[in-house]
Amino acid sequence: MERRKFDVAIIGAGGAGMRAALQLSSGGYNVAVLSKVFPTRSHTVAAQGGITAALGNVTEDNWLWHMYDTVKGSDYLGDQDAIEYLCRMGPQAVYEMEHFGLPFSRLENGKIYQRPFGGQSRNFGGEQATRTCAAADRTGHAMLHTLYQRNIQAKTHFFVEYMAIDLVRDGEGRVLGVVAFDMEKGEPLLIEARATLLATGGAGRIFQASTNAFINTGDGLGMASRSGIPLEDMEFWQFHPTGVQGAGVLISEGVRGEGGYLVNGNGERFMERYAPHAKDLAGRDVVARAIALEIHEGRGCGEARDHVLLKLDHIGREKIMARLPGIREISINFAHVDPLEAPIPVVPTVHYMMGGIPAHYRGQVVVPARTGPEEAVQGLYAIGECACVSVHGANRLGGNSLLDLLVFGRAAADHIVEFLKENPASPPIPADGTDLARSRLARWERRQGSERVADIYRDMQRIMQAHCGVFRKAEVLEQGLVKLEEVRRRLDDAAISDHSKVYNTARIEALELENLMEVAFATIRSALARRESRGAHARDDYPERNDKSWLKHTLVHRDGTIDYKPVRLKPLTVPSFPPKTRSY
Amino acid sequence: MRFSIYRYDPDTDSSPYMKDYDLDIGSKDMMLLDALIMIKARDDTLSLRRSCREGVCGSDAMNINGKNGLACITPLSSLKEPVELRPLPGLPVIRDLIVDMEPFFRQYHSIRPYLVNNDPPPETERLQSPEERAVLDGLYECILCACCTTACPSFWWNPEKFVGPAGLLQAWRFIADSRDQATSQRLDDLEDPYRLFRCHSIMNCVDACPKGLNPTAAIGEIKRMMVRRTV
Ligand SMILES: Cc1cc2nc3c(=O)[nH]c(=O)nc-3n(C[C@H](O)[C@H](O)[C@H](O)COP(=O)(O)OP(=O)(O)OC[C@H]3O[C@@H](n4cnc5c(N)ncnc54)[C@H](O)[C@@H]3O)c2cc1C
Ligand code: SF4
Ligand code: SF4
Ligand code: FES
Repeated sequence: MERRKFDVAIIGAGGAGMRAALQLSSGGYNVAVLSKVFPTRSHTVAAQGGITAALGNVTEDNWLWHMYDTVKGSDYLGDQDAIEYLCRMGPQAVYEMEHFGLPFSRLENGKIYQRPFGGQSRNFGGEQATRTCAAADRTGHAMLHTLYQRNIQAKTHFFVEYMAIDLVRDGEGRVLGVVAFDMEKGEPLLIEARATLLATGGAGRIFQASTNAFINTGDGLGMASRSGIPLEDMEFWQFHPTGVQGAGVLISEGVRGEGGYLVNGNGERFMERYAPHAKDLAGRDVVARAIALEIHEGRGCGEARDHVLLKLDHIGREKIMARLPGIREISINFAHVDPLEAPIPVVPTVHYMMGGIPAHYRGQVVVPARTGPEEAVQGLYAIGECACVSVHGANRLGGNSLLDLLVFGRAAADHIVEFLKENPASPPIPADGTDLARSRLARWERRQGSERVADIYRDMQRIMQAHCGVFRKAEVLEQGLVKLEEVRRRLDDAAISDHSKVYNTARIEALELENLMEVAFATIRSALARRESRGAHARDDYPERNDKSWLKHTLVHRDGTIDYKPVRLKPLTVPSFPPKTRSY
Repeated sequence: MRFSIYRYDPDTDSSPYMKDYDLDIGSKDMMLLDALIMIKARDDTLSLRRSCREGVCGSDAMNINGKNGLACITPLSSLKEPVELRPLPGLPVIRDLIVDMEPFFRQYHSIRPYLVNNDPPPETERLQSPEERAVLDGLYECILCACCTTACPSFWWNPEKFVGPAGLLQAWRFIADSRDQATSQRLDDLEDPYRLFRCHSIMNCVDACPKGLNPTAAIGEIKRMMVRRTV
């Protein structure tokens, strides 16, 4: 197998991976960034509404208020040390992006434009705050392209269209690099690195209807899991209240931030009943459940009463054209309505994975230790949506993910620099170091098999959609788990017909499905185990939050065993926000 | 509905050929990409790039009934049968609908696509008025799909020397940014018989852009600016 050697291997060229890469390349380190797609095609490009930070450009603000909102939004499952770090570093992270060239929308006084988003308050639960910085409704696009541009300037080494297969670990558990393959040529490549950073993004494709791209297949989680690392809080998936019905494409919360609101089949503005104070800008879990209930109770819209409507024509042509042009485009293309004239049909749609690879706030991956609470995996880091730091806890606030990419992208890079200084030599790759990856690649050379990847893929998505949706209960989850096991057995018997070396997308999709399967199992097992309702995890059979038994993080292993670890309620420098009843 | 798709796998095929697929799509309108995915579920050897399925990532540009576009935002109802699909013209084919984008990206990189500002950064943001910012609308939204550049005859003939519409649109995006300080270097760099001046305003690029951007207008702005600085 061909080998290359770098100081750092970064897997993923989304916002997280490229922020970290920029920091390291500018610092003179030799960095390899691998991506399944050309960097600007990563799914960060699709982020619309904005990035949240307490700049106070529109209304007075304070990072502590942002911290309070984030802790509350997480339904108290977020780790408060990490949340403090996120919110405190927020303004600096946004200013840096502006200096890098990000074309933010502007206010009359020339400062960065900010809009209200869900779950934001001033003064610890008071009036609505205006905290989300935006480049129209294309903030992710603007951010991702800016980061790519800066990396070009910094001469980061990109391996474009290289798919990482598995991590390389030695007997002591150190991570020494990664095996990838060149998608165009079909050849494997061993990348040796003193530090490896996973930034592979989300895995929303485990569900049938999702706002996520085709490439969001949880590869980083699969790799971590196969190398013995448990996954954290996988029961927490955010259903975004407003995905275009049928298509799944996202309509940003920015629409409600700019004054749009939801109506049911009776023409009622129903969020007033569920969240009298924040209304349409309550936490996403709250709004998504409200919509699901309205539809369930027969108050949906349309002939089938299977969706609700998002109305925004009243906010006016000028505002829509200036602030929400991308939303208008999506709405015309995918819902066949022009929001200047008619409301958009929407349903709650899977959007974001709060759980992921367990990491601390400086990016190192941490696992349960034999003695003491946890220990770092030497040489392995995780950031962005694939990581669970955990700043989003049981429910992420809009605009906090883009911030998380930047803040922890940089923090992880800074920690890696320290790690590289302490570990100048790279340990040798053990003889069997690449076996796992080799066998995964070889498996799809097999020509006999009665099952087809596309069928299994679709069935897995249907099972997750039907058995692990907005509302959950034990029997339904248990049945889902049984069905998922059947589907996984079928995967053992699957074969692809494409055996070309050149750009073999059938093989890529098969490898992705294996990763999705890991994520699906972790999700359904964790959901079954957590017998309470918290944030995005709503159990019909356990409708209340139960802090006495469940104020803890789930850690699910590949063999199905589950550990828990305590929530870090103690921030770094400020007083803690103790759990209390969450209402909007 | 009938689709006629360009197929070529250098591993097994001596030359490219067109392959027909018939698909029962029912009465529901869907996007071309949805249809391609249904075809691929039947024949997994069909290769194409795709990711966001909403027209923002730029992966699935291809030549659709003779015109470049993104499969994911092209409704089947807008297409005449049989739907003829080919890889983007003017770039080497890797396999089926997948082309080698390297020459396209090389030109993009050549315009130094990043903000240059040598002043020490302030503690907060640099200021920019809404009017100054509005100049960037219609420029920064480019998704680097290459629909425009691969529709441009000047690029077909001189892919090594002519920057092409996408690259030039981005060159203007930085020249036009009130925060950028490298205008004269940027203009010097384009002052060349090929890099900029191979554009003969044929406007194929404008017609091809699935995001409604206007590279020809941006090229015109750059040319005007060059004239202005010589007088
Ligand atoms: C439609 C939509 C809108 C959103 N809007 C907002 C918003 O307004 N504000 C906000 O804060 N958040 C928003 N989010 C959430 C946020 O955009 C994402 O969580 C975030 O962009 C993820 O970034 P990332 O860097 O972790 O991963 P991604 O951007 O998904 O990048 C993952 C990278 O990993 C690479 N990769 C994956 N697997 C492999 C592999 N095996 N080998 C090699 N490379 C691999 C991919 O090629 C890609 O480069 C939105 C999400 C969606 C889906
Ligand atoms: S206007 Fe210029 S860039 Fe556009 S297609 Fe014509 S020659 Fe090419
Ligand atoms: S200008 Fe339009 S067609 Fe050209 S690369 Fe950009 S988005 Fe694509
Ligand atoms: S799949 Fe992203 S632009 Fe079509």
